[in-house]
Amino acid sequence: MGFKENALKRSLWVFHFSGGSCNNCDIELLDCLTPRYDLERFGIELVGSIRHADIIAVTGIVNRQCKPRLEKIYKQASKPVFVVACGACPCTGGIFKNSYHTAGPLDEIIPVDAYIPGCPPKPEAIISAIVKLRNKLE
Amino acid sequence: METLKSILYFIVFPGFLFTAIAGILVSWIDRKVTALVQWRVGPPFMQPLYDFVKLLGKETIIPRGSSKFTFLLSPVLSLTSITIVSTMLWHTFIMPSKGFVGDLIVIVYLLVMPSIAIILAGFSSANPLSSIGASREMKLLLSYELPFIISVLVAVINSGNEILMGNILMFQNNNGAIAGSLSGILAFVVAILCMQAKLALVPFDAPEAETEITGGPFIEYSGTPLAIFKLSRWMLLFVLPLFLVGVFWGGFRIEGIDLLWSVLKYVALLVVIILIKNTAPRFRIDQVLKLFWGPITFLAILAVILAYLGV
Repeated sequence: MGFKENALKRSLWVFHFSGGSCNNCDIELLDCLTPRYDLERFGIELVGSIRHADIIAVTGIVNRQCKPRLEKIYKQASKPVFVVACGACPCTGGIFKNSYHTAGPLDEIIPVDAYIPGCPPKPEAIISAIVKLRNKLE
Repeated sequence: METLKSILYFIVFPGFLFTAIAGILVSWIDRKVTALVQWRVGPPFMQPLYDFVKLLGKETIIPRGSSKFTFLLSPVLSLTSITIVSTMLWHTFIMPSKGFVGDLIVIVYLLVMPSIAIILAGFSSANPLSSIGASREMKLLLSYELPFIISVLVAVINSGNEILMGNILMFQNNNGAIAGSLSGILAFVVAILCMQAKLALVPFDAPEAETEITGGPFIEYSGTPLAIFKLSRWMLLFVLPLFLVGVFWGGFRIEGIDLLWSVLKYVALLVVIILIKNTAPRFRIDQVLKLFWGPITFLAILAVILAYLGV
């Protein structure tokens, strides 16, 4: 593995996309950046613009209003970009599975690289998923 | 032979390569100290280098409707001007007698270029948020430039009307640092505040405010241009405190034990910047303008008057 791939592995910048979530996963995602968990140890940063991102972390069920926006954002991202489904809703649909506004689980809309189940997932689970994603990059 | 030597000056030492490596190191210090202030562990030593190499490997997107030429030119403009400033500064530190008349003025002008590059970048990227960021950067530039130039003027007056950077350094070698006098210390404080604004760090980071306009002028940048912009920001973080050490605080000497003392001075100034960054909230852009054109310019003018009186 060359230095370039190694650099990508060690500096993953996360763009946080909240597609109609109940805010619980968002809070857990932000928890990862607090001094207790401190994801900056692994070079992970939260960025504001999709153009800078290496990971799109999607929280919440993606509803029909959100779907075109998410697709647009995925196209706007500078490749390579990885998608992480964070929480039960984007993984399977969760409690909104058969509701009228649901646009389906996340992997029916855009390709997903890692799933983090849980409602909400613990910060430890999110960190473990990111470690798995890093190992997958090798 | 001479041309080869000057090309080497620009590209290897003390120009691009040296400044880039130092900038990467300095930005690591910045992030690490920030993490320690916030009671975290912080990024590993090579983190800025990883970020830079990763960005080089990513796709470069040029947004539709943007001015392609200006969009790609502005990061290069920023990088080259910082490289030239760094080369001139180190050239003066190593050989104080070999300058040209008015190199201080040239350095002050070249230090404006990164801000102008950011303004160009913001307006050329065809994004409302980046345009807001660019317009704020322009107001910021207008507000801090006046007190900054006045405070540099104090150093010029105190050293006996010298606009040769090398002569200011020699004056400080013989008579002690400019910041040793009352007018000098006032000007130094003003210059530190202006430096904070030049670096667009926290009390004055309205142009790129991550939480409201998500990075401002850099919002549409990706891949290599973003990497070059980041690198030029890190280099600016390395060069600006060095300039202040040179003008106000006795210069950066490289012989023997003086080297250690110079590095300590530089690191102290850097830590002051980082601590201000981590303990201050953000000013609105109109407050910045009032602050710089009001009290800070007044302080700078007071310093000039004191300098004329010889205090």
